[in-house]
Amino acid sequence: MKPTRTLWTALRLTLVLTVVLGIGYPLVVTAIGRVAFPAQAAGSLVRDDAGQVRGSALIGQSFLGSDGTPLPQYFQPRPSAAGYDAAASSGSNLGPEDAGLAAAVAQRRADVATFNAVREDQVPPDAVTASGSGLDPHISPQYAAIQVARVAAARGMTEDAVRALVAAHTQGRTLGFLGEPRVNVVTLNLALDG
Amino acid sequence: MTATVWAAIGQFGILLVLLAAVHLPLGAYMARVYSSPHHTRVERAWYRTLRVDPDAEQRWSTYLLSLLGFSLASVLLLYALGRLQAHLPWNLGFSGLDPATAWNTAVSFTTNTNWQSYSGEAAAGHLLQMAGLTVQNFVSAAVGMAVAIALVRGLARSGTDARIGNFWSDLTRGALRILLPIAVVGALVLAANGVIQSLDPHTAITTITGETQQALGGPVASQEVIKVLGTNGGGFFNANSAHPFENPNALTNLVEIFLILLIPSALPRTFGLMVGDRRQGWAILGVMTGLWTVATGLLTWAELAGPGLAPSLAGAAMEGKEARFGLAGTALFGAATTGTSTGAVDSMHDSLTAPGGGVAMFTMMLGEVAPGGVGSGLYGMLVLAVLTVFIAGLMVGRTPEYAGKKIGRGEITLVALYVLTVPAAVLLGSAISVVTGPGLAGIQEAGPHGLSEVLYAFTSASNNNGSAFAGLAAGTPYFNTMTGLAMLVGRFVPIALVLALAGRLASQNTVPASAGTLPTHRPLFVGLVGAVTLVVVGLTFIPVLSLGPVVESLS
Repeated sequence: MKPTRTLWTALRLTLVLTVVLGIGYPLVVTAIGRVAFPAQAAGSLVRDDAGQVRGSALIGQSFLGSDGTPLPQYFQPRPSAAGYDAAASSGSNLGPEDAGLAAAVAQRRADVATFNAVREDQVPPDAVTASGSGLDPHISPQYAAIQVARVAAARGMTEDAVRALVAAHTQGRTLGFLGEPRVNVVTLNLALDG
Repeated sequence: MTATVWAAIGQFGILLVLLAAVHLPLGAYMARVYSSPHHTRVERAWYRTLRVDPDAEQRWSTYLLSLLGFSLASVLLLYALGRLQAHLPWNLGFSGLDPATAWNTAVSFTTNTNWQSYSGEAAAGHLLQMAGLTVQNFVSAAVGMAVAIALVRGLARSGTDARIGNFWSDLTRGALRILLPIAVVGALVLAANGVIQSLDPHTAITTITGETQQALGGPVASQEVIKVLGTNGGGFFNANSAHPFENPNALTNLVEIFLILLIPSALPRTFGLMVGDRRQGWAILGVMTGLWTVATGLLTWAELAGPGLAPSLAGAAMEGKEARFGLAGTALFGAATTGTSTGAVDSMHDSLTAPGGGVAMFTMMLGEVAPGGVGSGLYGMLVLAVLTVFIAGLMVGRTPEYAGKKIGRGEITLVALYVLTVPAAVLLGSAISVVTGPGLAGIQEAGPHGLSEVLYAFTSASNNNGSAFAGLAAGTPYFNTMTGLAMLVGRFVPIALVLALAGRLASQNTVPASAGTLPTHRPLFVGLVGAVTLVVVGLTFIPVLSLGPVVESLS
């Protein structure tokens, strides 16, 4: 086969493959997904009582006041290198010996302890580290536990009532051994408002 | 912590059980796909459209020429799709990629590297993702498998005038008969668990506190599955498999790890069947499994222990990791993605602990043979097996043979060049980058971690992995060009050498094993191949590793 003929064959093959694998296959999967798993395929959107979309159960949000300080009536998510901007997922990419990261961790530990009126050694690792995506919707049950009293006070609810809601939005390890127990901050805060 | 250790062991165990369950049937299926003389009706029409004769046996040089022609066409088409994005439908309003980024992306996805110097959600519209990137996710994997099968045929055949199969048929069958059916099933499993699959644009919504956030759309599940199945690794979104829409929970995390390892771990069975000696396949699988288990153990230990300044201040190495996967699920993913040529990440590897990051890098430096990329893992490991019989032959004075083929001067020259190509690209690329201005400008961290960032980048690019210590500002024209070159060299030079080797082996007549033949299916040989792999890589990379991750671990 001559080189030019090979290249023409290659171009034809690339185009045919593009039609089959690049258009046909994704469209078929989209069509099946829309019928079989419409909620998941559309992004696991969550709605308030009025039926308005208020986010996705899988994508974290920030719960800050207009001055950038954390709102006491909401459970606070993990720190985020992306500021929970869903259009700019990102981690900090800071290495383990990075001086700036070490300082940030120490600062966050002090801030979280003060904000929740707990001792610094009660602050769990996920409360002081940014996630890989910057959109982590989850916190550890430990981090949720130290926030209960503050949220209850800010909302005038009993701590038991808040604790019951936290429990309702906590997932254990999948099948008992996959992943870690976690609390979904987005659905929990939406339920608190509802 | 004890519960976490047990969970880590549990998920590792269930993964091995799942892979073992599909090993025999998938290995046998792939052997049938590549050996069957029959074409399906669809394929016959397909070949008529292309005007190729799928039954014409190609010599190795023609096979290589076809492969290079196809890869060139792929690069050109992908480059055009990237540059012209602004004028195409479903572009979400994104403009075209700049020339350096388009070049880097085109090379990256065609070489199965999927190094990404752009951010998916900020630069790539749905059409570029589907018609450009998804397609290359399929075909670059099918190309890797074709090369591996060609080498296996070289070992299996006898006196065939260097004829090693038909590239057009191997590529078509790999993509349509193996990858596509698994991808459809896998995409639906992922979509059922929350991976999005739509053609909707990103739309603004009001959050719980009244802020504005983008609700994302996109054909993600269909791309996600082939990203891992084809050991490609290029994420739909910037955060890759750490992004909740690519990898929503611990179950999808395990599914993705399973899909990453699926074909690479089954190909040794295909090899054993095609050479007519299943024990040879077991031996190769044994080396792969041994190396990968050690790497997984070390990486998991490093991340669970969490040494280093920031991890000890935080209480655990959770920087850059997702709460839903935890440390153990993240470490298992990290070992799977660097042990194959995948490069997908479910955490930010730049934030791994120093020993964890060192293990990830070393696993890639092994040449990604534990168990390696789709196809590339098998041919890489077979090359090392040939090297091992040669070294063993020198030690005991026997004529080196592998699978009934004599390893002579021509063969071992090709093997030696293969072993040297990638390290040369890694070390030269890194060396140039730490002595030139544009290279130094991209480094984020000072000191040994800065060297690790550059070394990881060139290791990843040359080995066609694609994961990154993403602190490195790799989106500059300098790094786009340099890593692009490293990817091309690291992909096509080894492929050319492997196909040349396949041609030479196919021309030889098979010699029956004699009393002087080193058995290549015994544990002794498995241990030897493992040792040769470690020694070759160790001698090449330990000096530079000492200056990067090792110094960092000791500081």
